[in-house]
Amino acid sequence: MSPRTKVIHYENQFFAGIGGEEQANVPPLWIDGPMGPGQLISQIKPQFDVVATVAAGDNYMAEDLSHRSQEVVSLIEQRIASDHELKPDLIVAGPAFNAGRYGMACAAVCQAVQQRLKIPAVTALYPENPAVENYRSQIVIVRSEASVLGMRAAMQDMLNVGRKLMEGELILPDADHTIARGIRHNYFATSNGASRALNMLMRKIAGEAYASEYAMPTFDRVPPAPPIADLTQASIAVVTSGGIVPRGNPDHIESASASRFGAYSLVGLDQISSESHCSVHGGYDTTYANEDPNRVLPIGSLRELESEGKFGHLYETYFATVGNATAVRRAVQFGREIAALLVNAGVQAVILTST
Amino acid sequence: MTLILHEFDVADALLASQTAYSAGELSIDAEALTKELKHQDPRIKDVRFTVVHPGESTRILCVKDALAPMCKAKGVQLGAGISHCLNNLAVVTCGPIVAFQEGIIDMSGPGAAYSPFASLILLVVEISVASITPHQHEETVRHAGMYVAEALAKTTINQHPDQVQEIVWGESDGDPSLPRVAYLSLQLSQGLLHDNYLRRTVDSYGVNVKQELPSVIDPRLVLDGGLVSGNCVSACDKTTTYHHQKNPVILELLAGQGIRWNFVGMVLSHVPTRLAEKRQAAKTAVDMLRELNAEGVVVTKEGFGNPDADMMMIIRWLEQAGVKTVAISDEFAGPEGDSQSLADATPEADALVSTGNANQRIKLPPMRKVIGPLPDVARLAGGYPHSLHHDGALEIELQAIVGATNQLGYSFLSCREV
Repeated sequence: MSPRTKVIHYENQFFAGIGGEEQANVPPLWIDGPMGPGQLISQIKPQFDVVATVAAGDNYMAEDLSHRSQEVVSLIEQRIASDHELKPDLIVAGPAFNAGRYGMACAAVCQAVQQRLKIPAVTALYPENPAVENYRSQIVIVRSEASVLGMRAAMQDMLNVGRKLMEGELILPDADHTIARGIRHNYFATSNGASRALNMLMRKIAGEAYASEYAMPTFDRVPPAPPIADLTQASIAVVTSGGIVPRGNPDHIESASASRFGAYSLVGLDQISSESHCSVHGGYDTTYANEDPNRVLPIGSLRELESEGKFGHLYETYFATVGNATAVRRAVQFGREIAALLVNAGVQAVILTST
Repeated sequence: MTLILHEFDVADALLASQTAYSAGELSIDAEALTKELKHQDPRIKDVRFTVVHPGESTRILCVKDALAPMCKAKGVQLGAGISHCLNNLAVVTCGPIVAFQEGIIDMSGPGAAYSPFASLILLVVEISVASITPHQHEETVRHAGMYVAEALAKTTINQHPDQVQEIVWGESDGDPSLPRVAYLSLQLSQGLLHDNYLRRTVDSYGVNVKQELPSVIDPRLVLDGGLVSGNCVSACDKTTTYHHQKNPVILELLAGQGIRWNFVGMVLSHVPTRLAEKRQAAKTAVDMLRELNAEGVVVTKEGFGNPDADMMMIIRWLEQAGVKTVAISDEFAGPEGDSQSLADATPEADALVSTGNANQRIKLPPMRKVIGPLPDVARLAGGYPHSLHHDGALEIELQAIVGATNQLGYSFLSCREV
């Protein structure tokens, strides 16, 4: 006989049979066994047992979602601590269909459970439920109908997905009826890229449906800041993605797909040289940058202009990273962090040098 | 004008006292070849040859290029006449030219699935040079690779081939009811060791592509060894010379010629560094494709980041001119796969084939034999400071594996959203 799978089911006050809107403020409750739609779980999968239902009011959760979802986890944690037999293999939340407050609660509980208890969790939501946009990258969400008419189908999909999560299998949005998480995942196709390209081209020319393998991202276009009114008073910083670092690469910045940036002092430096600095960039021929690192990070010229009074002064720290195969998401994060440091330091303008 | 390929299948290769091919067995005289190479190019200090087989517990580091052995048996023009080629074997050149930019081939284990070269017999040629500039070093290694590849193929002259392929193209107007399809291939040509070389005759080492492109080109020239890689760029999507010789888009287009489409022509263009040059090259390439009356175009590129901009510009202009496009690209979606993947985008690029996320990490177990300088691994593009483990295992991004995400669409790797 295959081992039993223990499930804890999260529901709102309504589905758990506690009451309607007048009970929307109830704090999390532990109820042994399944309640309401939770009874479907063992009907659909006879080897699954709902050991308990955890229910909470929609408003109670919505008022302070992050703390109260942690409260739900704490309740589960306490019960498991007192009786190890209750430790679930899977948490199922909802389905919440298109219900806003309930959807947010289900998603937040799933996220908190998988983070703190390291137990797989799944919920089901209508794709337009506002919780989808907030949580889809962090948790697995089954695509449900907008209303309870889709209860059985959603429950079935959640349990199938739940089993896959327990076994560490990859969830595929099309086959598993889940909402894509925005995670790019490699796999080996059944034909080579050239043959797929020509098949796609034939369909496109014929006006037939085809599926692009990568949908265009939307880029964050930043309008340029207004010019500086008085350059002679301005503090100007220099930031590079060209990989110029002090020799020895003290922060171990990677030659590609950099995981960090460095902040380096320019105090007392009239220029930089092949003895003091080098490039650790792995995407261009660094021969000339290493001969004279001022070619990428023009400290020499900036110091000259500074002494001529062309601008106020050079900010005495420069920031550097490697912009080679560095994913845009990370680059955005570096940009935000560096910008915050520069703004705090009262810098008015930045010269960005790339390669 | 036709190109006839005489193909010889290599069942095994070994180092021996003479260089010869007999009934599937290729013998290689390493000593004589070394002598010839040093004579050809005095900048070469020493050469080491190793034969490596699929399935071996062997890791090859600092791979610069791979080439299919080919030579001319009749004629001097590439793309016409009779050529001899060896199947199932590649010449792999190695040497740390520019820190970080040469790749890895694992002949077994989980890494082998990602490199097309793991399933071939490889003649690894490690070239050490006198103290010269990286540019001279690159040239030395490139020329040596071409020399060795040609020398191996020449062993088959006057022998009976296993297969004969006649590659016919462009002789008639084709069936007018079929769609007119063209191919645009973008080559890196950024200078500073990101270059490719175009050769039209067998006695030439080729000229830097940026001097001649964009240009309408006979696709058979490419299959006949007309494009040679001079790139020191991340290994995953460097188009090696081997990839050019076996260009899968050209092979697919030729296979469906007159059946599924009319393959009306190929434009070879390049990826310069300056915006004005990029616009000029893109405009000329688009004009050439329009002149071919193409209804649809497959666009491939080499490299990532800055070449994304050229590709997007070309797609936009072609689509605006009513020409349908499909482009092949790899992705840099971050090790977790949660970033957008390209450095540039345009809404018109609505048909993309993905050859995989090159940032994906992979753990490569230790190998019994390592060819090349192991300590350099941490500095490879795709490596990390902690890449090299004490037991010789490697943790790297696919980026460091030769051919892992080749953007001609040579391999099966792809990427999807989950």
